[in-house]
Amino acid sequence: MNTSGHGTSGVGASRPDAGTSAGVLRANVVGETDMVQLLDAHGKRHEEATFGPYIDALDAQTVRGFYRDMATVRRFDTEATALQRQGELALWVPVVGQEAAQIGSGSAMRSADYAFPTYREHGVALTRGLDLADLLKLFRGISNGGWDPREKNFHLYTLVLAAQTLHAVGYAMGIQRDLIAEPATEPAAVMAYFGDGASSEGDVHESMVFAASYNAPVVFFCQNNNWAISVPFEVQSKIPLVNRAGGYGIPGIRVDGNDVLAVYAVTKWALDYARDGHGPVLIEASTYRVGAHTTADDPTKYRPNAEEEAWKAKDPLERMERYLRAEGLADDAFFEQVKNDDDELAAHVRSATLALGGADIRQKFATVYAEAHPLVAEELAWFENYQASFADAETPQGGAA
Amino acid sequence: MKTMTIARAINEGLRATLASDPKSFIMGEDIGALGGVYRVTEGLAAEFGGHRVMDTPLAESGIIGTAIGMALRGHRPICEIQFDGFVFPGFNQITTQLAKIHTRSDGQLSAPVVIRIPYGGGIGSIEHHSESPEALFAHTAGLRIITPSNANDAYWMIQQAVACKDPVIVFEPKRRYWLKGEVDTENSPGDPFKAHVLREGTDATIVAYGPLVPVALAAANAAAEDGHSVEVIDLRSISPIDFDTVEASVNKTGRLVVAHEAPIFGGIGGEIASRMSERCFYSLEAPAIRVGGFHMPYPVARVEEHYLPDIDRMLEALDRAFAY
Ligand SMILES: Cc1ncc(C[n+]2csc(CCOP(=O)(O)OP(=O)(O)O)c2C)c(N)n1
Repeated sequence: MNTSGHGTSGVGASRPDAGTSAGVLRANVVGETDMVQLLDAHGKRHEEATFGPYIDALDAQTVRGFYRDMATVRRFDTEATALQRQGELALWVPVVGQEAAQIGSGSAMRSADYAFPTYREHGVALTRGLDLADLLKLFRGISNGGWDPREKNFHLYTLVLAAQTLHAVGYAMGIQRDLIAEPATEPAAVMAYFGDGASSEGDVHESMVFAASYNAPVVFFCQNNNWAISVPFEVQSKIPLVNRAGGYGIPGIRVDGNDVLAVYAVTKWALDYARDGHGPVLIEASTYRVGAHTTADDPTKYRPNAEEEAWKAKDPLERMERYLRAEGLADDAFFEQVKNDDDELAAHVRSATLALGGADIRQKFATVYAEAHPLVAEELAWFENYQASFADAETPQGGAA
Repeated sequence: MKTMTIARAINEGLRATLASDPKSFIMGEDIGALGGVYRVTEGLAAEFGGHRVMDTPLAESGIIGTAIGMALRGHRPICEIQFDGFVFPGFNQITTQLAKIHTRSDGQLSAPVVIRIPYGGGIGSIEHHSESPEALFAHTAGLRIITPSNANDAYWMIQQAVACKDPVIVFEPKRRYWLKGEVDTENSPGDPFKAHVLREGTDATIVAYGPLVPVALAAANAAAEDGHSVEVIDLRSISPIDFDTVEASVNKTGRLVVAHEAPIFGGIGGEIASRMSERCFYSLEAPAIRVGGFHMPYPVARVEEHYLPDIDRMLEALDRAFAY
């Protein structure tokens, strides 16, 4: 099946002359018609021959589940932001606006598939079954990880942009080897998440070269949220990123990243394609980071308010709610229930976070290496002695406070 | 016992690893049909197939990064970086990712990736083919770094590196690839992270590693003719460093010379000198003296003989130590 026609825009006609401002390029190239969309901004379902059937095959509960998960991660995000504002987290990375891209893609994975996230994939984490409170350990400064990646096949967050795309490809190559060595191995594919900014890093290029060379079962999932902190997408690429796929000889699909049905369908297609041994796929999900890059960021300094408003009108939750109601798939009671459940989850996340103990540097000494290391042992011994010297000074006779 | 060159010994060590550990495989540039630019992997692709000895795309970050992913899946990648000066495109993956996986995962994951890097000068090559970047990696916690100086160590160390649960960089002294030595394929020399006293002495200690070990031994022989008894230590492991063995020697001899090809400034020699000034202050008859490269990019081949520490530079350092 040829998917390269899907969602690629006619860039030839709209490519501006050198020197054309980024804003003009933006307006010219990116359009809603250039991507796979099953559910439009008004919540109206559209038929599409290749990907539509993936949604037709779903039962109502699964479709409602997409909404439920998007609402959950949004509520979680609100709670984490509040925790950060109250000084309980050092930083928070909001995901509002990108829920459909994450819930849709994450829901398309099977449990044996493996995800390599960047640092904003809270929605994907939810679909993998993580306790969302665990995500906060990193941001609270308790751990640089926070969960066992092998439990849910969801790797640790990676803060060095794009580094994980290579790990994803290597992991996928490992799956290939396992299948050869042990044919009973469950076939699996890997999701490599990265952003539009990260797409400029050399590691993304190298990962696509490796993946294409070895036909690795990996799906590159770029959430193009249009901004890399304060830098607009046009500084990363003059054309929709999906067009790069052709250069690597792999299929590329551009999808409306605010349409959870379309994201689910294209990702499911791509994962099947990869799992079946056809090699990698690049998906570009066109979406928008509605809030700040992190809680340390101030988007009003670089981003026009009108742009934010325009994207808010494409909100992934609202369109899904309209669709569910119009189709009679969900009623007031359902939405009320979701809200109550999410409030409960938020309360859990809050109490779990506040209950997180302090970190112990001894644990850091213990995990630098997998095997015993004399320098670490020596420095730990020094540290213990040093600590003990304060304890001595605190004896009643010592009198120190 | 078999006599072989260091290159051959590594080749045999890799062969033994590939044969005994089905999860192990080698990846790198030109390592298959060609057998590597130094022929260290010669014959292995023919014997084990392209699947186990894998020519990769020309991308160092790609090599290290995908190796990390494969290690996370339970495989045992052995990466070859073609030359010391070309490791830097992979530096990010090594230092920010590979070195930290165990600690970032609170001990749940490890990435036992082995990276082989031919290093050092003395082969009359052009730029980026003669560097000694070991200190840049030694400064990064989470990595282990070893460097063989003889064929027996070369044969065993590569196998020990693959068996280690931590990431290990094996710096191979490329100008010694053709140095022959006896290899005992039955009995391993033991802990790869321990230093070896190669020559006993009472008046001074020379600590060296990799390509400079034969130079240190020759300098000790020359010093003996002047009546000085010089102990020579082959450090073998650059991270961790076996300070205990060095300390015992310095306490005995009272004088220390540390030699490496890398620039003296910010190098491993400074670390050893500083440690010994703490540990052996009352035994030292003279300050620890460092011998090494200058603070310059590795110079053009026509002048490298002036850059590389030789016997005379080591004897000059010993003279300075004896002058106290
Ligand atoms: C190698 C590297 N350089 C710079 C940064 C700092 N940084 C963190 S996020 C970011 C922008 C990333 O944008 P994008 O990839 O589009 O992802 P988004 O955060 O928008 O989801 C930058 C520059 C980093 N984390 N890593």
